[in-house]
Amino acid sequence: MIIDHPLLGPRDVSEFVYLGDASLINRPDSQNENAAKHFYEYLYLRENPAGEHRELWYHEHGDRSWLVVTRDTLTHKITRVELARDTALAAGRNK
Amino acid sequence: MRNSGFKILTEALTGNKGWKANWRQPTPKSAYDVIIVGAGGHGLATAYYLAKEFDITNVAVLEKGWIGSGNVGRNTTIIRSNYMLPGNEPFYEWSMKLWEGLEQDLNYNVMVSQRGILNLFHNDPQRDTFIRRGNAMRLAGADAVLLDREDVQKMCPFFDFNSSRFPIKGGLLQPRGGTVRHDAVAWGYARKGDELGVDILQNCEVQSFMIEGGVCKGVETTKGSIKAKKVAVCVAGSSGRVMAMAGIRVPIESHVMQAFVSEALKPVIPGVVTFGAGHFYVSQSDKGGLVFGGDIDGYNSYAQRGNLPVVEDVCEGGMAIMPMIGRARILRMWGGTVDMSMDGSPFIDKTHIEGLYFNGGWCYGGFKATPASGWCYAHLLANEKPHEVASEFRLDRFSRGHIIDEKGMGAQPNLH
Repeated sequence: MIIDHPLLGPRDVSEFVYLGDASLINRPDSQNENAAKHFYEYLYLRENPAGEHRELWYHEHGDRSWLVVTRDTLTHKITRVELARDTALAAGRNK
Repeated sequence: MRNSGFKILTEALTGNKGWKANWRQPTPKSAYDVIIVGAGGHGLATAYYLAKEFDITNVAVLEKGWIGSGNVGRNTTIIRSNYMLPGNEPFYEWSMKLWEGLEQDLNYNVMVSQRGILNLFHNDPQRDTFIRRGNAMRLAGADAVLLDREDVQKMCPFFDFNSSRFPIKGGLLQPRGGTVRHDAVAWGYARKGDELGVDILQNCEVQSFMIEGGVCKGVETTKGSIKAKKVAVCVAGSSGRVMAMAGIRVPIESHVMQAFVSEALKPVIPGVVTFGAGHFYVSQSDKGGLVFGGDIDGYNSYAQRGNLPVVEDVCEGGMAIMPMIGRARILRMWGGTVDMSMDGSPFIDKTHIEGLYFNGGWCYGGFKATPASGWCYAHLLANEKPHEVASEFRLDRFSRGHIIDEKGMGAQPNLH
């Protein structure tokens, strides 16, 4: 697999480390009264589709940026790559 | 029809015309007591033990392809019970005991070969952890022997003992570990289950569950709707997809695991050996091919094929302990889809939907568990309570904080 890094261009997958489901960006509020339940779901119940999947990859052997990659789990075809920072900012996070 | 030496001789003398199909091709009934979804090793074992141990014979095993077309036909055939944690080790040791009597029990040659499994260690801390693991195994009734460098040298003189990067200091040997002919396990369970009245329905894919008022009453399949008092899902690799049809999210990611077979070589590797500094394990098949594997690819996948960086990594692991295999050519390689659970341990449990049961999350180690998994799942289905050696494999263990994290990796499925 080749990941088309938004800043560095196409890079081999062996330069990256995989974390998983991109919703791991959305850390729950620890002050919420149902925080324990939210953290359980956040940590353990991930998206696991057969098809298009948004997931986090870390460019460890490169510029050490976090990326949100949209990839088909049936074919391994990558359709979209964005900086996780941009994804987080677009979702209303301040950093 | 019993298999025996006499039968083989008679058939040989009469042109082999008396052999019959090992199982029937029945048409689905409208209702069963138990439907098992997935005719892999675990599903067929469940059906067999339901019929044999718990007298429940009105059972169907549904399979979307042909029996054993999933992971029971795609693994590296290793059996072992060298686990450590109390939630795991008694279960795997019991599975090992069932393997030891399986051929007599099934009247079928599954080629159980207890040639031993040797885990190498390369430094002092690793030796300490292996001593601890060996003690935990022995406490659970398993066998474990600590070997020093000289012992390993006698057993496997072909290792690179002079490697300065990963010097071999010894190993933990489980003499009762070994390999089993994987396809024959599926065939043996299918044949004996069928004999006891179990219907094996191939090319019969489950498309949805009939769930009314929180109770599962059957399944809709490509061969029509089939009712059942209990529906038992057993589809490791596709657990996420199948359970999603019942609206249940399971703490599992699906990953791809690759395995390899080399060209046939003269007998050289005595049993199963594993490299302790990387992730590489190898055995030699009766045909002479080296059967080996290593890490999973490490990203979600249902593709049943992997990528080249992992191929390179696995082969580097092999070269690091036995440089002699460098000239051997790889004959075949393939990928299988595995259920990676969040703590590396499996599930055998009821769900919150009455009449719907779940068995999955076997990561890349489900083959060795086949007999005990089948027995414990049958026990749960028949008695509505878990078998004592499988009581920790609960779906709610993450929300309760009782995880069984054998490798201590946390909720990072691609590292287990």
